[in-house]
Amino acid sequence: MSFVSIRDLRVAFDGVQVLHGIDLDIGKGETVGLVGESGCGKSVTWLAALGLLPGKAQISGSVTIEGQELIGARPAEVEAVRGARIAMIFQDPSSSLNPVHRVGRQIGESLRLHRGLRGAAARNEAVRLLDMVGIPSAATRIDLYPHEFSGGQCQRIMIAMALAGQPDLLIADEPTTALDATIQAQILDLLSSIRRETGMAMVLISHDLGAVSAVCDRAAVMYAGRIVEANDIARLFTGPKHPYTRGLFDAIPEMDAGRARLRPIEGTVPDPKHLPPGCAFAPRCPRASGFCQSHLPELKPQVRGGFVACFHPEATRAAARERQAAVA
Amino acid sequence: MSVLVEARGLVQQYTTGKPLFGQASTVRAVNGIDLAVQEGEILGIVGESGSGKSTLGRMLLGLETPFAGKVLYHGQPMPAPRTEHWRRLRAQMQLIFQDPLAALDRRMTIARQIAEPLEIHDRAKGPELAERVAGLMARVGLRRDQADRYPHELSGGQRQRVVIARALATNPRFLVCDEPVSALDVSIQAQVVNLLRDLQEQDGLTMVFISHDLKVVRNICDRVAVMYLGRVVEEAPSDRNFADPRHPYTQALVSSIPQAGQGLEGRIILHGEPPNPAARPSGCAFHPRCRLADAACAATVPELETHGGRLAACLKLPAAARQAA
Ligand SMILES: Nc1ncnc2c1ncn2[C@@H]1O[C@H](COP(=O)(O)OP(=O)(O)OP(=O)(O)O)[C@@H](O)[C@H]1O
Ligand SMILES: Nc1ncnc2c1ncn2[C@@H]1O[C@H](COP(=O)(O)OP(=O)(O)OP(=O)(O)O)[C@@H](O)[C@H]1O
Ligand code: SF4
Ligand SMILES: [Mg+2]
Ligand SMILES: [Mg+2]
Repeated sequence: MSFVSIRDLRVAFDGVQVLHGIDLDIGKGETVGLVGESGCGKSVTWLAALGLLPGKAQISGSVTIEGQELIGARPAEVEAVRGARIAMIFQDPSSSLNPVHRVGRQIGESLRLHRGLRGAAARNEAVRLLDMVGIPSAATRIDLYPHEFSGGQCQRIMIAMALAGQPDLLIADEPTTALDATIQAQILDLLSSIRRETGMAMVLISHDLGAVSAVCDRAAVMYAGRIVEANDIARLFTGPKHPYTRGLFDAIPEMDAGRARLRPIEGTVPDPKHLPPGCAFAPRCPRASGFCQSHLPELKPQVRGGFVACFHPEATRAAARERQAAVA
Repeated sequence: MSVLVEARGLVQQYTTGKPLFGQASTVRAVNGIDLAVQEGEILGIVGESGSGKSTLGRMLLGLETPFAGKVLYHGQPMPAPRTEHWRRLRAQMQLIFQDPLAALDRRMTIARQIAEPLEIHDRAKGPELAERVAGLMARVGLRRDQADRYPHELSGGQRQRVVIARALATNPRFLVCDEPVSALDVSIQAQVVNLLRDLQEQDGLTMVFISHDLKVVRNICDRVAVMYLGRVVEEAPSDRNFADPRHPYTQALVSSIPQAGQGLEGRIILHGEPPNPAARPSGCAFHPRCRLADAACAATVPELETHGGRLAACLKLPAAARQAA
């Protein structure tokens, strides 16, 4: 049975629907990537699941954690889950580290709230956590303020804070986007080793497909508020079936392709206020037919595994062969 | 090919007040750079955050006066900022940076914004002006019907096109692009990268391209200079730099590029504190994080020297080359 189960999750702001029914399961100990263009609803999915959206957001559908329903649950119930069972590292670091409090105190607060630790026990645990995420001389730096750490270190402190409640699931929303390539590598390395050691499940939200492929078991690709493809990492990368997924892969410059011209996806994402009537990707899609303009493809399980929402998916074998030929 | 822009012994330092202690400290953002940008080439600048890339870019455009050293444009010294001579040169040199919204005026249609530099420099009027604007919009792939839109009505990639069209209005010869695609999604990023490439190939524009995204740099740049704490540590043709990096920092940087389907194996993970120009390590600035460093590295500042078809500044180059092999 899956640990967290999202069913038909929908979110609207001021009458404009931005999530159109998300279905997603996260198993115990699993790492799942969530990718897609800016504004497609990656963050909103998890903010809605954890009761973190502003009051004006209209939310429907179901999010259960081991059978316990979170949507419509009392705030106290959701709060008990948040931090202790599911923790989130937010996309915007300034929103989660308080600049006027020492980092030790902020981690201590989490430890008190979720694990009832106080005093010396909390302090020792905070040092251990900072140590684990690779903050040098943690014992002496625990009383510094966030601005006294570098950007990469602040990101690590946020990870330490998220880990303080020993969550079963960590949602990491773009944990490396603002960081240097070498620091990104450190953080991804850190997240994978923590996962190996603790058996924690993880959702990695990122528009960096390389990062997702490096650490995830499975990934879901979102477009305009819907999941359009989901599969295990190897299959997704060797044979993307949705034309959007294919387009995303093709748009990334390849390290060994020299100065070959890049292949962008033409056009832009649709405005959530004026979504095309059929498949939301149709206006940009090289495979679209007249049918796609007026009918909405559903996310359907595929014979060879995975899910795709497309009337004319890529032929996997041919696509794989073509990609191999391009590499050779 | 001839040299269009040249930096000689460039140094920039900033004085920052420390309010708490009432004490000023100086930060060397750029610490001795020699570079030459050939006419018609795209030179990439990469390196850790805070290594001085943007500062270097601003000095190359004459937007900032260097603390020491000089910038030559067509072999002539860069005139002092905001003089008449500088203004005339400025039309030939443009800066494109990360955030297109900040570069554009929210209350002006995009056609007006593209027309503005043409009017300021008195390049066109009336129907000719409208024609030039339409031509520039077509050049960067904007549709005619978008002329009367406002910046917030466009996507990030389209906004960046407006910024580029505006920069192109005065027929520049030299562009400094500072993280021009970092804020854009991959699919849109590719559109803008291709556009910049066209400008180089079709119009012979010369560019300095500053970016964190090594895959994009690999794709668009002819040559790449790698910076660390205000100095160039390696400079090579793009292919060579990425296929066979020799400086230990470049090696770590290149290995850290996440590749689809490759997992985390083979990455060189750097430890220790990221570089801080306010507390520059002695000797080679990279030595506290370098896996090849020894006592000599802490004592001697390595100079850029020719090594295996590139320039690199490292005391352990033969050892680094063996590690690469
Ligand atoms: N508080 C809010 N009020 C109104 N609209 C919102 C709010 N938060 C998000 N949205 C809208 O919901 C949609 C989905 O946003 P979301 O933040 O989930 O995108 P994302 O996929 O995380 O993008 P990014 O990669 O840029 O982080 C967007 O159209 C966004 O403008
Ligand atoms: N106007 C300024 N006053 C004081 N310090 C400055 C100023 N501009 C830059 N610096 C400092 O100089 C150093 C180099 O900054 P610069 O912006 O050139 O780095 P960068 O390589 O472009 O970094 P990034 O990749 O983060 O954009 C940094 O330590 C920065 O804090
Ligand atoms: S359903 Fe049609 S328009 Fe949508 S992605 Fe598939 S082929 Fe393209
Ligand atoms: Mg987001
Ligand atoms: Mg910069």
